[in-house]
Amino acid sequence: MARMTMIEAIRSAHDLAMERDERVVVFGEDVGYFGGVFRCTAGLQEKYGSSRCFDAPINESGIVGAGIGMAAYGLKPVVEIQFADYMYPAYDQIVSEAARIRHRSAGQFTCQMVIRMPTGGGIFGGQTHSQSPEALFTHVSGLKVVVPSNPQDAKGLLLAAIEDPDPVIFLEPKRLYNGPFDGHHDRPVVPWKNHPLGEVEDGPYTVPLGKAAIRRAGSALTVLAYGTMVHVAEAAAEDASVDAEVIDLRTLIPYDLETIAASVKKTGRCVIVHEATRTSGFGAELSALVQETCFYHLEAPVVRVTGWDTPYPHAQEWAYFPGPDRIRRAFKAVLEG
Amino acid sequence: MNETVSGPRHQPLQLHVPEPGVRPGDAPDFSEFEIPRAGAVRRPGIDEAPEDMRDMAFSVVRVLNKAGEAVGPWAGQLSADELRAGLRHMLTLRQFDERMLRAQRQGKTSFYVQNLGEEAVACAFRMALEDGDMNFPTYRQAGLLIAGGYPLTDMMNQIFSNGADPLKGRQLPVMYSARDHGFFTISGNLGTQFIQAVGWAMASAIARDTRIAAAWIGDGSTSENDFHAAMVFASSYQAPVILNIVNNQWAISTFQGMARGGAVTFAARGHGFGIPAIRVDGNDYLAVHAVARWAAERARAGLGPTLIEHVTYRAGAHSTSDDPSAYRSKEECDAWPLGDPIDRLKAHLVTIGEWSEERHSQALAEIADEVRGAQKAAEANGTLITGPHPSPRAMFDDVYAEMPAHLIRQRQEAGY
Repeated sequence: MARMTMIEAIRSAHDLAMERDERVVVFGEDVGYFGGVFRCTAGLQEKYGSSRCFDAPINESGIVGAGIGMAAYGLKPVVEIQFADYMYPAYDQIVSEAARIRHRSAGQFTCQMVIRMPTGGGIFGGQTHSQSPEALFTHVSGLKVVVPSNPQDAKGLLLAAIEDPDPVIFLEPKRLYNGPFDGHHDRPVVPWKNHPLGEVEDGPYTVPLGKAAIRRAGSALTVLAYGTMVHVAEAAAEDASVDAEVIDLRTLIPYDLETIAASVKKTGRCVIVHEATRTSGFGAELSALVQETCFYHLEAPVVRVTGWDTPYPHAQEWAYFPGPDRIRRAFKAVLEG
Repeated sequence: MNETVSGPRHQPLQLHVPEPGVRPGDAPDFSEFEIPRAGAVRRPGIDEAPEDMRDMAFSVVRVLNKAGEAVGPWAGQLSADELRAGLRHMLTLRQFDERMLRAQRQGKTSFYVQNLGEEAVACAFRMALEDGDMNFPTYRQAGLLIAGGYPLTDMMNQIFSNGADPLKGRQLPVMYSARDHGFFTISGNLGTQFIQAVGWAMASAIARDTRIAAAWIGDGSTSENDFHAAMVFASSYQAPVILNIVNNQWAISTFQGMARGGAVTFAARGHGFGIPAIRVDGNDYLAVHAVARWAAERARAGLGPTLIEHVTYRAGAHSTSDDPSAYRSKEECDAWPLGDPIDRLKAHLVTIGEWSEERHSQALAEIADEVRGAQKAAEANGTLITGPHPSPRAMFDDVYAEMPAHLIRQRQEAGY
């Protein structure tokens, strides 16, 4: 066991995957010699050589497209898009190609590839360093979408993603890279070493894709969250002394409907929280699923606490970010509803 | 629109929109298309530096002359048997096209794309590759499959989306996939395969393999972003890939000038990336084969990528949904100065005494039997209209390696 930040956990997952399987190759912008702008690949080139971990030209479509070709050959590429906000040039390759190749070739060609991208706000990243584009991936059949919320999961989920036979979009909330963040931006930053989920096994292990985790058991209401919002929802429950059950989805596609439905049927109330903009966000899918599967158990309308339907602002960061206060108000609404 | 502001010293600007010189009703005109004599273009060593062979991108490698002789430094690489096989592949592809075009008109399938006039490009190129190499084709390189020995019946099963369709009815006709024949799954999204081919080649280099990749793109699709991605990746990593541009002059209704062909050759685009580039007569089977072999040797020797511009003409309609008489001269195909690839190889074989009209007629009859037989076999498995089709249950398979719970629920909801 070791204390790791999410960055160290992600680096450890890369290291172990590369060590045990020479088909794992890692590349992206500034990923090689420099070790990544967030240090997630630091030391890998030195250890495994520049044909296993290398820098790429600044071309996201090229990075993903080349990765698809490598996967078709039989390698297991783990590629990085420096910020999720910059994945758009690669969107055609992700949607039209990576996601479809197995289906359109009837399994002749497959795409075992992980596309990592730092995501989310809360860091004064402004319009193009804060976005949460997960709904643009969950809508695409053939993709799996993963969002870890802590170092322990980040490592286990990344190792599972690398071994998964399908293309996996791996969204890393950069606000959580160095420590958990509960939305109380006026308080000092806490490092992962003081958090139980910052304790990470040194060796390889996996956290299965498609399985949610109950972070906080409760009976008054259910919160569905992922990434940074798991911590914000936990803080909101503490702040308001609400007996909320906080579910960390961990994997958006495939989603863990069993865990979601069991909780909502128990509590009768559901609050969905994500940083991404509201309209057609993944929360809409979750809300519909809850309504379809738990209708007769619901005591109040499902409430969504999300980013506003605006581009992510700079100066108005904390008016935009769905913080503990907004979640608390949502708790009140569903409990009184 | 804002009010136009023009100072006394400036004329209003004007948008330039490229237009082909010839439209329906006009006389075809290829007078500005410079064609060197067969045999006139030099053959560089495979290790020649890209900057020392820039001339190759502004000429056209040609082997067959008007008399049907193979001449110059790119000649003499194929035996008579190999040339006869090449002729047979091209004739087979043309007959295959004719029958599938008719099948589409008869309503046996929804869509078809011909290769008419471009048969030499894919057929000759395939013969320069080795088993295990991987092509990343567009929808107009069916010759790679035919020259590679892929069963005609399987191609037709795919076109008919019938019960034996290897792709289980999921794909539009001609979007073949044949891994074991070095033929990557075709996508409808243009240009995407060009960079994927580079990635495959990079993987081969990473794995210290000896196999190479071949990328394919049309003149129109060189405008796509992935063309540029492929060029920079291929060059930066010196990937063992052959980057093929098939310049057939037309992108549906849009002439090649809209992709900025004409003013500068497509091959010349390689120079900006430090990639050696060769322009070849795409209707000259021997030239295409010789240049492909040169590029394959280069790639296999670890000397990096090569860009090849195959200069040809799209003699048929873009697809069965297209009527070219609405945008180009009907006579243009006949006026195309590089002629017909089949006629030219046939003439060569006759010239060197390895073929005759009699043998040709006999070959045509044999191929007709073969293609007809393949179609009969395919239609026995069904057509798009009559069925049987692959089960609707099959549309839920292969979205993922293992079907997730939500898809299982949807399949049950659909009743399968």
